[in-house]
Amino acid sequence: MEKVAVIGIGLTKFGELWESSFSQLFVEAGTKAIEDAGIDGKDIDAIFVGNMSGGRFIEQEHISSLIADYAGLTPLPSTRVEAACASGGLAIRHGIMGILSGFYDIVVVGGVEKMTDVLTERTTQILATAAEQEWEANLGMTFPGLYAMMARRHMHKYGTTREQLAMVSVKNHRNAVHNPYAQFRFEISVDKVLNSPMVADPLRLLDCSPISDGAACIILASKEKAKEFVDNPIYIIGSGQASSSISLHGREKLTVMDSTVNAAREAYKRAKIEPKQIKVAEVHDCFTIAEILAIEGLGFFKVGEGGKATEEGETEIGGKVSVNTSGGLKAKGHPVGATGVAQAVEITLQLRGEAEKRQVDADFGLSHNVGGSGGTAVVHIFSK
Amino acid sequence: MSSIPRFWRSIRSRYNLIGKKCLTCGKVYFPPRTICPNCRRKGKLTDYKLKGEGKILTFTVIHVAPEDFKRQAPYIMAIVKLDEGPKITTQIVNCKLEEIHIGMRVRAVFRRIKEDGSSGIIHYGYKFEPCKA
Repeated sequence: MEKVAVIGIGLTKFGELWESSFSQLFVEAGTKAIEDAGIDGKDIDAIFVGNMSGGRFIEQEHISSLIADYAGLTPLPSTRVEAACASGGLAIRHGIMGILSGFYDIVVVGGVEKMTDVLTERTTQILATAAEQEWEANLGMTFPGLYAMMARRHMHKYGTTREQLAMVSVKNHRNAVHNPYAQFRFEISVDKVLNSPMVADPLRLLDCSPISDGAACIILASKEKAKEFVDNPIYIIGSGQASSSISLHGREKLTVMDSTVNAAREAYKRAKIEPKQIKVAEVHDCFTIAEILAIEGLGFFKVGEGGKATEEGETEIGGKVSVNTSGGLKAKGHPVGATGVAQAVEITLQLRGEAEKRQVDADFGLSHNVGGSGGTAVVHIFSK
Repeated sequence: MSSIPRFWRSIRSRYNLIGKKCLTCGKVYFPPRTICPNCRRKGKLTDYKLKGEGKILTFTVIHVAPEDFKRQAPYIMAIVKLDEGPKITTQIVNCKLEEIHIGMRVRAVFRRIKEDGSSGIIHYGYKFEPCKA
């Protein structure tokens, strides 16, 4: 595909941001991205925003208008995109399509979620709407429960160990120490993971990403237009998206996320590169097992070998492929609608050489965003 | 799921495990579908009663439960591969936590699933239990 430039990025801190409202979060990330790009409101053609559940978290639908309004960007066209936790990644894809179709030259792509205005039990229930209500959630299934069942099957089939799962969390916490925007900037040990409270056996509290508020924003431009504002933009050279059954039981295999495999195939094909050329990746580690499934599904490691690769340090910063240098969803935080866009921010920082203590030497980077238990996957590939 | 029509229209499947079979390709579906994903418009779906027996493919024990299921925690949830082919998500009852395992044969039983508060509807449906020797 024709490449599209990332000319600006912006993030809020992720975490329990009691003092910030939904629209304040979005405006903060958006303002940073617009300043980073050196553009002005009049240069923008459209807004795309990823948001999972404004309706349930803050009783607010019609997010598209709210955001254009509070960003001071009316009458620009504004569109909300929803695919559960993959909403942000999908918003990027729609921004790309807006540019490559020739409709727009510069678009703002944002992602935002305000999750802490409701109690934890309510949040759990809202997140479970990404599973099939009728035949999963209403029978007592939870989101951690679905991933726990994938973990159990993976352990049974491939010998993945409980410790290897914990190592995903330990690595991502270690990376987050160096990310000023991360929710949890402290290290944890394998022991601490293994002794944290049980959530859904075999997954424990420290296998799970947290509940977070936050927003992220990137500015996309056509490659011709980008040159008017920045000298060396980062480019998105591949995009892939795939669907699968919304329920876990509807899948052919429980240990391979087929939406990830299919989205990755499209993205690699469009980018004309191979998995082995990716040196830095932000993948969807909503639970520790999810990172193992991601690094296998994206083709970095063979199916069944993701746990071993993690144990051997191949996904550490400076390993074969540095995975979740930002701290990932686990330690950076997971404001669901913002996550996919925040992943793009981290990869852009990495390819610009601005990731400071998390810096990886890479020519190509990848972001991977999953909705639900794998009903949607979105993959983007970036280059210098 | 507090809407009465929403619960009512799925009662046949919830109470009696009635799914669909495609007369074109022979594949059996549960939960029921309105179109066969294999054959699409060439498919012909007809009601099909499942026997309600199968084996556990994977399971978890839910410790942090949704509001409606809090009193039941910890409880076992599993994906069961039914003998006719489809996979189903279900709670496993009459089984000690230390006895549950992948490959275990289980069968459907009729149970109370949850209640919508003290005056709302009571949801009944299938759970599965170990097939005893």
